[in-house]
Amino acid sequence: MKLLVCIKQVPDMESKFKIGTDGWYDREGLAWRMNEYDEYGVEQAVQLKEQTGADLTVLCLGPEQVKETMKKALAMGCDRGVHIADDQSHLKDPYEIASIIAEFARDKNFDLIFTGMQSQDRASAQVGVMVAELMGLPAVTTIVGFAYADGKVTVKRELEGGVKATVEVAPPVLVTCQLGLNTPRYPTLPNIMKAKKKELLSIPAADLHKASGLQETAKIEFPAKKGGGVFLEGEVSTIADRLIGILKEKTAVLA
Amino acid sequence: MKILLVAEYRQGKLLDNYTELLAFAGIMGAESVMFTVAEAAGALPNFDGRLYLAEVSQAGEYNPETHRQLLLDVVEMEQPEMIVLSHSSYGWDLAPRLAVALRAAQISEVVAVEDGQLVASMCNGKLRRTLKSRGKITVVTTQAGAFSPTDAATGAPTVIPVGGAASGKVKLLGYETAKPGGVDLARAEVIVSAGRGVGKPENVAMVANLAKALGGEYGASRPVVDSLWVEHNRQVGTTGHTVAPKLYIACGISGAVQHLAGMKKSEFVVAINTDRDAPIGDVADVFAVADLKQLLPILTEKLQAL
Ligand SMILES: Cc1cc2nc3c(=O)[nH]c(=O)nc-3n(C[C@H](O)[C@H](O)[C@H](O)COP(=O)(O)OP(=O)(O)OC[C@H]3O[C@@H](n4cnc5c(N)ncnc54)[C@H](O)[C@@H]3O)c2cc1C
Ligand SMILES: Nc1ncnc2c1ncn2[C@@H]1O[C@H](COP(=O)(O)O)[C@@H](O)[C@H]1O
Repeated sequence: MKLLVCIKQVPDMESKFKIGTDGWYDREGLAWRMNEYDEYGVEQAVQLKEQTGADLTVLCLGPEQVKETMKKALAMGCDRGVHIADDQSHLKDPYEIASIIAEFARDKNFDLIFTGMQSQDRASAQVGVMVAELMGLPAVTTIVGFAYADGKVTVKRELEGGVKATVEVAPPVLVTCQLGLNTPRYPTLPNIMKAKKKELLSIPAADLHKASGLQETAKIEFPAKKGGGVFLEGEVSTIADRLIGILKEKTAVLA
Repeated sequence: MKILLVAEYRQGKLLDNYTELLAFAGIMGAESVMFTVAEAAGALPNFDGRLYLAEVSQAGEYNPETHRQLLLDVVEMEQPEMIVLSHSSYGWDLAPRLAVALRAAQISEVVAVEDGQLVASMCNGKLRRTLKSRGKITVVTTQAGAFSPTDAATGAPTVIPVGGAASGKVKLLGYETAKPGGVDLARAEVIVSAGRGVGKPENVAMVANLAKALGGEYGASRPVVDSLWVEHNRQVGTTGHTVAPKLYIACGISGAVQHLAGMKKSEFVVAINTDRDAPIGDVADVFAVADLKQLLPILTEKLQAL
């Protein structure tokens, strides 16, 4: 079996964001990490590799710095990395990103492709399904359960209101992973060392870039602050006293 | 402008989020037509217009390949400029399939329309973007709750049956529903919730202790539940409980839209967070900029001494 997992590098969401000059947030001075949803994808792919002895490739499209995040995936157990080098990937729309990934994957006969359900920065929830559609593969989104047996994949899709749907599909198939699908492992030190020796191939995005974007960002801004709540800052003991004062005055819960 | 709205049907029922799609179409000042896979003999959307209806017994409840094809047939007939779905497990699954087939831009999880342009949030609500489609047709998903209907939907649709048997490669085997049980968050007057900011499972006790001191219950955000630090029946949010206590204290919770959806109706909201810019500030009456590990024990102690 051949497996592919797609990961994206995203900024830590606790970062202080600044508006960039190129229609995106300013990418300087941010802490970067693996998109949370993709960690579940990597873990599931590694578990399937362990179960079946499959060969597992991790793919990431982005600038040179994404290799740091790819090394984490390699340390978690992926066999090799494919870095699609693109300094401008943040300005490409989901359709372009998906087209590039599909172009790479098209003739590689992957039996299973894992992506996250969405990226934390853009949150479009499009790239995975689009890759599958462009490749003519079935796709199942938002999975919180995964099993492979007897040549069939059985997944649980998370729906609203505490309901899950059980869906069966035969590979080749693409699944998009939701939070809580599994417990992503922490790379161990020996595995981090081993990962350094794994193959990490770089392909220029231009070689695979055949589609043009379908949308553009007209404006990016900070949302207007809503709420107008009171901020309490400073020494914790003082904050505690002030908070209790406010609760006494404004709510009935301390009565 | 003409918009094609896609209503959802699940477990034998029409879902009422189609009314949010109607509200969106209203804001766009558009003529609407609707599509759904449902039961012609069952409850239909309250909507005055053409409803393209595929029988669920044939097309299946979850059969994205078939639903995509049925929708493409309707697009062919109606030539809409926009196709609008809810950003739900049905909508985010189907929308990109339509977008690829039509080579149309998809604008996901729209939260507002400003000057006729679509706005979506990014980076967990810390930024927002105005997006423009380059093509003649645009696929849109709308954020749950972002477009609330002002009036109750009325009217009866003109049903136009469309056909197509399920032929997709994925097979829906069935549904399972989480068992309710244990705590009843919906009844608690005070809820103190633990977010990822608690850092480690042992610190959940600080949150539980504060809840106890206030005579309430403790809840949690999703990552805390996913990490198995707190059981699922305490999760607040779109995939957990919707609560509206007199007092909600969010400890180390950033305020993602899926969390806010579960608690923003609370009467009084306190946020305890080290990040002054965390989007939970949008719904907080009081925002304590503090490390919860330091604040919670002191606060609990002082409350116990009252
Ligand atoms: C379809 C779907 C459904 C979802 N359903 C739900 C749902 O039902 N409920 C839900 O909660 N989420 C849900 N989510 C996930 C949601 O998008 C967020 O990922 C999640 O709510 C984040 O949880 P959090 O705020 O605890 O963690 P984070 O976003 O990681 O935030 C942690 C916060 O803690 C603060 N912090 C860190 N250290 C400290 C400290 N020492 N003291 C004080 N503050 C600190 C940080 O500043 C940060 O703001 C869903 C997502 C999707 C896609
Ligand atoms: N630049 C990228 N490189 C690799 N995979 C990506 C990239 N962007 C998005 N993806 C994948 O597509 C999923 C959905 O992303 P999005 O459509 O941006 O919300 C992510 O969770 C990733 O698995």
